[in-house]
Amino acid sequence: MTTHGDFLLEAEGVHAWYGSSHVLHGIDLRISRGQTVGLLGRNGMGKSTLIRTLLGHVPQRDGHITFFGHDCSRAKPHQVARMGVAYVPEGRGVFPNLTVRENLLMAARPGRDGRCDWPYERVLERFPRLTERLTNLGNQLSGGEQQMLSIGRALMTHPDLIILDEATEGLAPLIVTEIWNVITDIKESGIATLIVDRDFRRVLSHSDQALVLQKGLVELAGPAAEVAESPDLTRLLGV
Amino acid sequence: MDLTTFLIQCLNALQYGLLLFLVASGLTLIFGIMGVINLAHGSFYMIGAYMAYALSPVIEATLGGGFFLTLLIGLALAVLLGYLLEWAFYSYLYNRDHLQQVLMTYGLILVFEELRSLLVGDDVHGVQIPDFLSGSIPLGEVMSYPVYRLFVSAMCLVLVVGLFYIFNRTRLGMMIRAGASNREMIQSLGIDINFLYRVVFAAGFALAAFAGMVAAPVSSVYPGMGNEVLIICFVVVVIGGIGSIQGALVAALLIGFIDTFGKVLLPEAAGVLVYLAMAVILLWKPNGLFKAA
Repeated sequence: MTTHGDFLLEAEGVHAWYGSSHVLHGIDLRISRGQTVGLLGRNGMGKSTLIRTLLGHVPQRDGHITFFGHDCSRAKPHQVARMGVAYVPEGRGVFPNLTVRENLLMAARPGRDGRCDWPYERVLERFPRLTERLTNLGNQLSGGEQQMLSIGRALMTHPDLIILDEATEGLAPLIVTEIWNVITDIKESGIATLIVDRDFRRVLSHSDQALVLQKGLVELAGPAAEVAESPDLTRLLGV
Repeated sequence: MDLTTFLIQCLNALQYGLLLFLVASGLTLIFGIMGVINLAHGSFYMIGAYMAYALSPVIEATLGGGFFLTLLIGLALAVLLGYLLEWAFYSYLYNRDHLQQVLMTYGLILVFEELRSLLVGDDVHGVQIPDFLSGSIPLGEVMSYPVYRLFVSAMCLVLVVGLFYIFNRTRLGMMIRAGASNREMIQSLGIDINFLYRVVFAAGFALAAFAGMVAAPVSSVYPGMGNEVLIICFVVVVIGGIGSIQGALVAALLIGFIDTFGKVLLPEAAGVLVYLAMAVILLWKPNGLFKAA
């Protein structure tokens, strides 16, 4: 039995392999309801693998993963998603052959507890740029628009947790600021987030908790403010 | 060619093209979305045709008969059979390479042909046109057009419209199109992709079987009928663009017209015209007329 209390996500001793390469070596991670958690580490240290493992996309995995106390260690990706977890992947994952409107509508469903506070209209209100592009196909959007669409689509599923991988990668500075504003809004609306982004200072200033991965292990973890002050941080991030 | 003959040939071409589309749409979706080359798709057409032949006496005896009832029961059986086949065989093919897919689905052709031979024999059988559709509409002074053929075209058109509506306008259609472009993302939106695949496969099976059922009274049922359809449907899929349902419709109608008018105008070359058309189109557009994402 796991004790879950207020924990939305509890992962213990998570291992993952791609073929014969052992990528994650026993990772512990806990996310409370509404909490923002920053996930840091240099390239190739296992951030994306950790995310994909939590989401059920890495078949070769081990360890315990629970969402709201439900064991999801062996769950399929759609079952994890239905536990209230939304994914904004690296590269945005916008469906190129669907229009903006279709990208949003196909994802719509009420939350675990029947919540429907992010209907189509509200998502468009939050991302006015998308309103102008409703009939455009996904592959006709700029990078920033795609990211807004990807986040908007995540909100349409009424998640309790949104996982953002490389949240602002390849975006213009103005758009980057807009995305961070959106992340702040998401946090304020009570949805927990797990964020990966290259700009570690912004990740830390927006997060409650943070963890730093090194070679598939958690090397540093704690409240974001403490992690930000840690003398090991620059060494671990190679900056 | 006078106007009446032309009109009759147009109707024939339309009917043939629409029937081809019903078979080819499933083939292109299964290929485009699940990545499976399904050689046994022609067998699904054959199974439909033989169901029309074998079911009607049974339903006559048990439920009092009825053409539409037979169609409906056949369709239900097709969906069920498609669902079971996907679960038992095709679901193991998704991540395999094309050679393995071709081998297994070719094996299924042999199994289906052998089962047909055991169950109904190797003779050619006719299938009765229902009485209320057996008439003809006079066209001009000497010619007429059978009502049943018009009925087949009408049924197919209804299905085409329905299919396009589902594909382009409903959430299920959006999910199917999305599933073709990014499997991982669609799962992380909470959609069970295996179930989605099963639905697409069963629908593809049912469409092909339905085409076989309604074509049976026109073409009769005979051994190897599925393989003829399969080859021409691959032509349709390739011309239309793999995975594109719009492309399949345009290509099926194109093939319907080329084949029908070819047989009238250039009977010596009728056999090759379709393939010639495919070669020309592929030279012009190597990915087919419509490129699916």
